[in-house]
Amino acid sequence: MYRIALKMLFRDRAKYAMLVCGLAFCSLLMCQQSSVFCGLMMWTTATVRNIGAPVWVVDEKVEQANEVIPLRKIEVERVRSVPGVAWAVPLYLGIEQARLSDGSFQNIQLAGLDTGTLTGRPMTLREGRIEDLRLPNAVVVDQVAVEKFRRKGIKIQLGTTFEVNDKEARVVGICQSNRSFLGQPYVFTTYDRALEYAKPARKQLSYVLAGPIPGVSPKELAARIDRLPGLRSIEQDDLFWLTVWWYINNTGIPISFGTVVILGIVVGIAIAGQTFYLFVYDNLRYLAALKAMGARMPILAGMVLLQAFTVGFIGYGIGVGLAAWFGNVVLAKEQPPFYMPWEVPAFVAAVIIFICGFSAVIGLAKIARLEPAVVFR
Amino acid sequence: MNTPSPKIAVRVRNVVKSFPSGDSRTYALKGATLEARFGELLMIVGPSGCGKTTLLSVMCGTLGFDEGDISVFDHDLRRMKDGQITRFRCENIGFIFQQFNLIPTLTAAENASVPLVLNGVRPSEAERRASRMLAEVGIGEKAGSYPNQLSGGQQQRVAISRALVHEPRLVICDEPTASLDAATGQKTLELLKSSALHPDRCVIVVTHDNRIYHFADRIAEMEDGRVTGIYDNPKDYHHA
Repeated sequence: MYRIALKMLFRDRAKYAMLVCGLAFCSLLMCQQSSVFCGLMMWTTATVRNIGAPVWVVDEKVEQANEVIPLRKIEVERVRSVPGVAWAVPLYLGIEQARLSDGSFQNIQLAGLDTGTLTGRPMTLREGRIEDLRLPNAVVVDQVAVEKFRRKGIKIQLGTTFEVNDKEARVVGICQSNRSFLGQPYVFTTYDRALEYAKPARKQLSYVLAGPIPGVSPKELAARIDRLPGLRSIEQDDLFWLTVWWYINNTGIPISFGTVVILGIVVGIAIAGQTFYLFVYDNLRYLAALKAMGARMPILAGMVLLQAFTVGFIGYGIGVGLAAWFGNVVLAKEQPPFYMPWEVPAFVAAVIIFICGFSAVIGLAKIARLEPAVVFR
Repeated sequence: MNTPSPKIAVRVRNVVKSFPSGDSRTYALKGATLEARFGELLMIVGPSGCGKTTLLSVMCGTLGFDEGDISVFDHDLRRMKDGQITRFRCENIGFIFQQFNLIPTLTAAENASVPLVLNGVRPSEAERRASRMLAEVGIGEKAGSYPNQLSGGQQQRVAISRALVHEPRLVICDEPTASLDAATGQKTLELLKSSALHPDRCVIVVTHDNRIYHFADRIAEMEDGRVTGIYDNPKDYHHA
């Protein structure tokens, strides 16, 4: 009977197309918007992921990774004094202005890495050598800088120079990094040179990065450092989620994206639910005939569920496929943000299952109440 | 010499069936009693609203009843559970409906194969047997056509094929000629009588189309929820 159920579904082309389109649109809307939201959240945590250190030490009032309250240089030594610390290095992070050779400006995210160890160096270097950062005026720029400068007609390559606060910077490497929330390119240099590029200030240390000795977990180390007065110590994963939750709680981003996702669910339920109900309603007479001919309720329920979940599966596949295609296109252009972790398609699948189940149950309720004798009326 | 009494296929005794109607109940059957025999075409006739269709519905177990007894092939419907009745219907009863009730998105062969599939026959085998059945009723070349591509008479032939394909012992027909013109109605009954009637099978036809009464072996007349007369010769009913 299940083959017959599928034939009944596929050959009712108008309703089949409507059901698949409705569910595909619903899946696309939820998947695309959730992925853009996740992408945006990933942008907010770009610094944490670009630098990368087991434990981040900040001022005790700092609430998330993009909030910098400068520390005294002495804090590095204070952190090093905590039992269980294998190493602790300074990190400068600030937004500076780069002046290009044609006189135009570009805001950059300047990262000053510990000169000796270059802790927090970019993971992937497309061109150049990271050790060359120790050369005079050397900086490593990311692919965002190359793209932004290219749009301004300037080709960035090894040896290209520009100015940061009137001081020369020479490109010795091009790296791959995660894009920041505000879209400024990352420019990596050494900590000491970063302080030269930065505007003078009484305190200039942004973060202390620390790592534990063997046998001490980053979480445990963070807890120990956290006991130092005036400092807050956060393990990398915690800082990531702290930042994400800060943006969720303090901005309108989740509301706007959540509204669209809810809209997707409502549209899905309305279109799919109503169309499927109509599909069942139109077939009610034939289902009653099947019931009269000896089709038991579990068989009819199986037929209806198969029909509902078949359109759900196809609609879901098309919707998520389109969202992935959209993601591929925008990832090539780097805007808007797009990140589809497995939880997004899983969430969309759960919603589609709910919608299909809901639609099927409405139809089944009608069938369950159906007297087979109606076929004689 | 005594002739052996005919075997009874369906026995209905003093069956009462009522439906709620506001605060009161409307009685559709008020003690109907009837017997249908193997190897005969029994017509149940009577004016609209006399309870013909209700009697048909309770006889095949698609509708429950309040009082009385119904046995089909010696199975007491009152003692059977819903699931058992459904299974029994599936295996033993073929249906021909007034509106044909052919599923519009299935071909003639697929429609006719439904009872076989319900009885667990593989779909490919069921369709093969259904196509053979369609050929037997004269529309073998239409096996791949959809109901909307068939005339009323052809649709009724598909319905007959569907009713007979699983070789049921009881065939129930509800107003089989109501949606057909006179000539097609006659042909349909001829076909039904020639292909459905069998010594081990009983055919019960509910109708108020007096042009087909002569096809009956016996006629049961109903009025006001009761069987008021049984005519062993259809001509007697005409004269009655």
